[in-house]
Amino acid sequence: MSKVLMKGNEAIAVAAILGGCEAFFGYPITPQNEIPEFLSKHMKKEGRVFVQAESEVASINMVYGAAGAGARVMTSSSSPGIALMQEGITYIAGAELPCVLVNVMRGGPGLGGIQPAQSDYNQITRGGGNGDYHVISYAPENLQETVDIIKTAFDTADFYRNPVMIAVDGLIGQMMEPVDLSKEVKRRKLGPKDWAASGGHTGTNRRVITSLYLDPKKLEEHNLNLYRKYQIIEKNEQMFETINCENAEYVIVAYGTMARICRSAIEILKQEGINVGMIRPITLWPFPEKAFRNLPKTLKEFLVCELSLGQMIDDVKIAVAGRLPISFFGRTGGMLPEPEDIVFAIKNLIKGVE
Amino acid sequence: MMENIVYQKSKGLTDNELSYCPGCTHGIIHKLVAETLEELGIIEKSIGIASVGCSVMSYFFFNCDMQQAAHGRGCAVATGIKRVREDNIVFTYQGDGDLASMGLNETIHAANRGENITVIFINNGIFGMTGGQMAPTTLLGAKTTTSPEGRDVKEHGFPIRVSEILAQVEGAAYIERVSVHNPQFLRKAKKSLLKAFQYQMDKKGFTFIEFLSTCPVNWGMTPIKSMEYVKDMMMNYYPVKVFKDVGENND
Repeated sequence: MSKVLMKGNEAIAVAAILGGCEAFFGYPITPQNEIPEFLSKHMKKEGRVFVQAESEVASINMVYGAAGAGARVMTSSSSPGIALMQEGITYIAGAELPCVLVNVMRGGPGLGGIQPAQSDYNQITRGGGNGDYHVISYAPENLQETVDIIKTAFDTADFYRNPVMIAVDGLIGQMMEPVDLSKEVKRRKLGPKDWAASGGHTGTNRRVITSLYLDPKKLEEHNLNLYRKYQIIEKNEQMFETINCENAEYVIVAYGTMARICRSAIEILKQEGINVGMIRPITLWPFPEKAFRNLPKTLKEFLVCELSLGQMIDDVKIAVAGRLPISFFGRTGGMLPEPEDIVFAIKNLIKGVE
Repeated sequence: MMENIVYQKSKGLTDNELSYCPGCTHGIIHKLVAETLEELGIIEKSIGIASVGCSVMSYFFFNCDMQQAAHGRGCAVATGIKRVREDNIVFTYQGDGDLASMGLNETIHAANRGENITVIFINNGIFGMTGGQMAPTTLLGAKTTTSPEGRDVKEHGFPIRVSEILAQVEGAAYIERVSVHNPQFLRKAKKSLLKAFQYQMDKKGFTFIEFLSTCPVNWGMTPIKSMEYVKDMMMNYYPVKVFKDVGENND
């Protein structure tokens, strides 16, 4: 199929339409504005819904409403906006509603900056809202992968009745790359939304969307049901790529834009005769701990690389469980490293070990 | 022997026992809303939004599909539902702690967009569920658990008049404040509800009925004294009237 050159945010918007997004609610924030701009033009033409809300708080609650009524619904924002949405996200998770959230991450904390960052890892994977809940989250590294994931994200959300987040850093949102929009993606078999409060039900057939359980016994039961669902997701939905790991003495762990930079570093090192591998998580939650189960016997140490000061490293530590040493390299605040910086970090590691 | 039924519970209510305190007017207002849905034949088409506060449990009581919204966010949730289910009737049922405090922004913007929803706003001038704290609507001088000396303008500002604010918003179609402190006002309130929901059926836009309501337990008054407080005190500051009406024939 033919490829078209697209800007990341526009590719995200097109993929949402292709994925069956019926309604979009959002609020402007840099660096994701091309998503609502594109959708404001095209959703109506397709007979779908676009609303510019008065705030991120309103956006996510509109998402909650539309999802509860059974629609395929999405919002997009960037780090501080996603922070504002946390209340709504925990309601959506608690009420077991499907929706797709796009986070084009920028530097923080606070208002931070508008340049690319990966410092929302903890916000994404550890909640941010209250309670025991998880958001299925993907961190693709290029536009093709982003488009493919968004095209299936609505299926995944419906399948598990759970919010799904696509977390890309601002670089992926802003860069241009060739994309094949018509690439086949695996769709899931979905049942009818026989839980949706879509109107038309009375008496014992009434449908109620709520996350309120005043009886602690019932709330615990509800939480255990969610927990069981999360266990199934952890078993079935981990996604990752391993690159050059067989016989590697050093393995980098990186995702998104940082993984792309590390790919270049690995190539440079290869030319110098240094064999370095990479584990690239594609899902952030569930974290791909499966990738860390059978490690090559040659492996001496991990280098976790992030566009933050070390957030995913905690999950790597859990997955590695003390079997091997783990070092860290990170840039933050919107600063991007050169591949040579990673090469330097690996060489330092080698010096330290030998 | 022929039964002559002169009164019965509306089909718009479930058989669940109301959770409201004795003497509180939530029960009366629930009944009026339920009767309105029944009389207009829209129970089956309706999707209601419960708020946070005493009426959080309203999803147990209205006999239609319901969604519980976060504190203050009723109008945003209703917007989400209505935009994807245009042919359904969507209403919110929110207290003053919910709507006038946390949710003022969502309410004003939903009105301004002319969202074709009906908002039922229960104003009893206090946070009932949490135990009687001061609300933005608490009258001056009124003692609450967080204004123990009485509400003071210098410290707490003025009681906020939501209907008057919304009347200034271009997108709103119908804004009225009503009371249920006696049968005469109650019957008028019912008519207002019928009009609001009829407007929604006719796609006229945002309709808003503010009910002056009571909280005998947290006001520290008997139910009868509470009704008198509504008539003598609340209606002085919160006049019962139509603030905006685009009219029956205005499309």
